[in-house]
Amino acid sequence: MDSFREKIVPVTTILAGLVVVWYVFAVILNAPFQRDLDRRADETPGTVEFIGKTLSQPKPTLPAPHQVAVNFFENTFLRSVTSNRSLVYNAWVTLSSTLLGFAFGTALGIIIAVGIVHVASLDRSLMPWIIASQTIPILAVAPMIIVVLAAVGITGLIPKALISTYLSFFPVAVGMVKGLRSPELTHLDLMHTYYASRSQIFWKLRVPASVPFLFTSMKVAVAASLVGAIVGELPTGAVAGIGAKLLSGAYYSQSIDIWSALVAGSIVAALLVMVVGIAGRLVDRAMGGRPA
Amino acid sequence: MTGTSPAVVSASKLGLTFQTNDGPVQALTDVDLTIGKGEFISFIGPSGCGKTTLLRVIADLEKPTSGMISVNGMSPEEAREKRAYGYVFQAAALFPWRTIERNVALPLEIIGLSKAEQAERIKRTLELVNLSGFEKKYPWQLSGGMQQRASIARALAFDADLLLMDEPFGALDEIVRDHLNKQLLELWDSTNKTICFVTHSIPEAVYLSTRIVVMSPRPGRVTDVIESTLPRKRPLHIRETPEFLAIAARVRDGLRAGHSYED
Repeated sequence: MDSFREKIVPVTTILAGLVVVWYVFAVILNAPFQRDLDRRADETPGTVEFIGKTLSQPKPTLPAPHQVAVNFFENTFLRSVTSNRSLVYNAWVTLSSTLLGFAFGTALGIIIAVGIVHVASLDRSLMPWIIASQTIPILAVAPMIIVVLAAVGITGLIPKALISTYLSFFPVAVGMVKGLRSPELTHLDLMHTYYASRSQIFWKLRVPASVPFLFTSMKVAVAASLVGAIVGELPTGAVAGIGAKLLSGAYYSQSIDIWSALVAGSIVAALLVMVVGIAGRLVDRAMGGRPA
Repeated sequence: MTGTSPAVVSASKLGLTFQTNDGPVQALTDVDLTIGKGEFISFIGPSGCGKTTLLRVIADLEKPTSGMISVNGMSPEEAREKRAYGYVFQAAALFPWRTIERNVALPLEIIGLSKAEQAERIKRTLELVNLSGFEKKYPWQLSGGMQQRASIARALAFDADLLLMDEPFGALDEIVRDHLNKQLLELWDSTNKTICFVTHSIPEAVYLSTRIVVMSPRPGRVTDVIESTLPRKRPLHIRETPEFLAIAARVRDGLRAGHSYED
């Protein structure tokens, strides 16, 4: 009951507001084309009829929410999941490279963080490059990665996953550097009084202390991975995936398809962040975390 | 255990100067001190007098810049390598992701004891600090006083003969503190460990110690060393006796002589 009032009500209120705004803009943005059509057909519809027409165009400038909802429902639940028009199929294609890239990115981020925390020269040499790497627009880099890898015979899942890796290692590296350096001075002094070795300090103190930081940064990283996977699907002219749906929708002006692919992408992103969040909470519980 | 029991801690002309942005700060100057086996020594003085620094030098957490110091006849670093002491910090400093028994096990894991021996030591030390039954609790489930007792158990776990305690009860309320003082004395009496205890409470220092080292700031130095005439067994109400009050007055005089009451 409390969680209903505290969480669900505010979120649905905002959602309802957004839907209203969306409808208003759908009418406004689709009106010029509709007026054009009516003029050519020599029709003079009343206001209500006119608004109805702006909300049911086959290729609207901005599809109305119910059009997107219907399209999303049909392509998610009414199609065989093996059909390349199924959103489930396309979401799965994107998800698989997202997960692979996320796994690579998390591993790479952790390795970089461990290096930075333990090797002073890496701290000074690597960090500026890592930050610089994220200022490069991924949209510009993605086609080059795809093309170069295709030239050496690597196609399919790996190139897309690498773009996800490129985006997701960064938050993990930064978060883990912070996490591995988070132990209090007293805890480090304590390990010092035990004459603990560097690896003992690492495994018994730094690693457990960094776990909350890891999950916080993994939440950011998994969302970035999904963006990477979608971006990676654009330049390949990929035949499947949410990115491919967006691209083909744009080619054929299927605006409703674009929007329902966007909805699918958002749902996948929300689910991924949620799964990482739940995993984080389970690990926290297992490590004696105080229930909130 | 040798015939001529050597000093546990021996310092001569010990000095430590910190280089700070505001120039050098003399945390310790000319400290001469010998601590024998089985003594309970308190270091008392206002903040900045170097009492914690001295303890940290003994523990090899700070390096002296002049003079000599030995712990169990070795350099502090060798003593630390031999795990010659247990250290109790002002904060309990328990690892929040470990249960109480795993916290006590931490030093035992580091020195590489077998699981069976770990379990035996955990049981024994937790009994010693009256925490039996709390093995599986996490630190946040315990009160501040219990957490500090757990950290004392952890310091006792690897059975070093020397216990270094840096204001271990400073953050606790007075009732808990009285109780823990009494328990600490009993523990000292039954284990015959050497204890170095930093405090800024005169009653605490007088109640616990066989000897009280009075220190003063700017520069940090030892201004007086007072032998306690109190018996080894000390009930809490000994603190109302004239003998106790006389020692407390001497400590206060020592602090005043070191200008510790001036601004």
